[in-house]
Amino acid sequence: MSVLAILNIDWQTLADGLALGAIYALMAVGIGLVFGVLRLVNFAYGQLVMAGAFALALASQWGWPLWAGIVLCFAVVLALSVAMDHLVFRPLRGHSPAVMLVATFAVAFLLQSIALLWFGSLGKIASSLAFLNRPWTISDVDIRKITIVAVIVAVLCLLLLHLLLERTEVGLHMRAASMDFATSRMLGVRANRVISFAVLISGALAAVVAVMLTVQTPLVTPDFALRDTIVVLAGVVVGGLNRPIPATLGGFSIGFATGVLGGALPTNQSQYLPTFVFVAVILVLLVRPRGLFDFSRSVERV
Amino acid sequence: MTLTVGNLDVRYGGVHAVRDLSFTVAPGEIVGLIGPNGAGKSSTLHAIMGLAPASGSVRLGDRELLGLRPEDVARSGIALVPEGRRIYAELTVEENLRLGLAARRSRAAADLDPVYELFPVVRDFRARQAGALSGGQQQQLAIARALVAEPDVLLLDEPSLGLAPSIVDVVFAALDAIKERGLAVLLVEQRAQRTVAAANRSHVLANGALHLTLGPGDADDTEKLVAAYLS
Repeated sequence: MSVLAILNIDWQTLADGLALGAIYALMAVGIGLVFGVLRLVNFAYGQLVMAGAFALALASQWGWPLWAGIVLCFAVVLALSVAMDHLVFRPLRGHSPAVMLVATFAVAFLLQSIALLWFGSLGKIASSLAFLNRPWTISDVDIRKITIVAVIVAVLCLLLLHLLLERTEVGLHMRAASMDFATSRMLGVRANRVISFAVLISGALAAVVAVMLTVQTPLVTPDFALRDTIVVLAGVVVGGLNRPIPATLGGFSIGFATGVLGGALPTNQSQYLPTFVFVAVILVLLVRPRGLFDFSRSVERV
Repeated sequence: MTLTVGNLDVRYGGVHAVRDLSFTVAPGEIVGLIGPNGAGKSSTLHAIMGLAPASGSVRLGDRELLGLRPEDVARSGIALVPEGRRIYAELTVEENLRLGLAARRSRAAADLDPVYELFPVVRDFRARQAGALSGGQQQQLAIARALVAEPDVLLLDEPSLGLAPSIVDVVFAALDAIKERGLAVLLVEQRAQRTVAAANRSHVLANGALHLTLGPGDADDTEKLVAAYLS
């Protein structure tokens, strides 16, 4: 405990790190799934989360019950995901990764500008889940309810996703498509179906993330989740972009590191937090360029 | 159903890979496509599968396949065993086979027994990672995966490439058994003599065009084979 004490880290900080890690892990999976089938890093992922958060904020402003707000959040995020797939990803499929990446930048800024026009830069408050910020006291340690909820929800989501990928036909098709898209089509795997599925699941995860992030940050502004997305993208790269499990671990690690460092740094120095996080990212990539958690060896074909 | 290729042309940019090629493959027949590297053999298979830009016609029975997406060609009853096998090394053998079900038209029973019968080694290793199999076993898995789709037509692109002679025997024996099951088999091969001997007809391609057609009787006529390649 002494090292932790010197670093000014207590159990609460660790718990907060765990919760942020869980949320970032879900974002990492959402980004990784789409990357797997489309070889596309969706930079606009954060704006999906932002849109979901605004849906929650509007629902709480209108006095809707909590469940209706969550339904609205999912509806908005899923509709936007499908629209993105049809209007941007599909027409550009087969173009170079650079073109697709720049296109998602454009989508990101477009969505952010729309939010700015509609809601203004001051943003709105999503307060319906604020009660989850109250603590539970477990043997003298105060742990916010959202911490526990976030970890449980993330574990459940990852478990469901694992079952979907490992146990269902469409899951097998998604895995095959992310390993070798051309061959899977040749075997009769429907490209559009697999991509739509990945985009939908990725969107559903974005909605879950939106719900949980609004608890941590009830003030929803047009740049909501933007910083998180950049950090998660770094985490996904650190973990290993190409595989769901390394990507998840990468997202979790960087979320955990961010949460713990954020708690450990003195308040007047918290602006240095991203510096520490990204220095760590650079160090990891220098040592393990293929990603921290990518232990797969390329299998030699005879 | 009979595969009918008519006046097929394949161009990649300025390269005219296949020129005005016509042939048929009927059920219960093996048709060979042989010829030197770059003769247009693989391009022909890719065109049939919807993987290469082509003009002309490719019909299965009465249905025109040219212009369909690869996944729709596969779902119409054509299966390709690609060059280099393209096995999913990280998936298990059985998962590789289950991918073959994607193109199966009857959803009735996902029964893998008929292919296990043909390739016992695939059954024995079904729980293993496909990447752990030897080259010959992977080739058998690739053929088995194509057969799981229950296609009318089986296309094979250099199935004996890089295999030990004893495994080549296994592959050719399997092709005979597949033919006996009533499939139409189109075989692209470098091993000209084996192919000519095994096939009902073998078309020799040169520069993308049909150069000569050989029958099984020509397999032992080495002079004729060599002449077919060199002329």
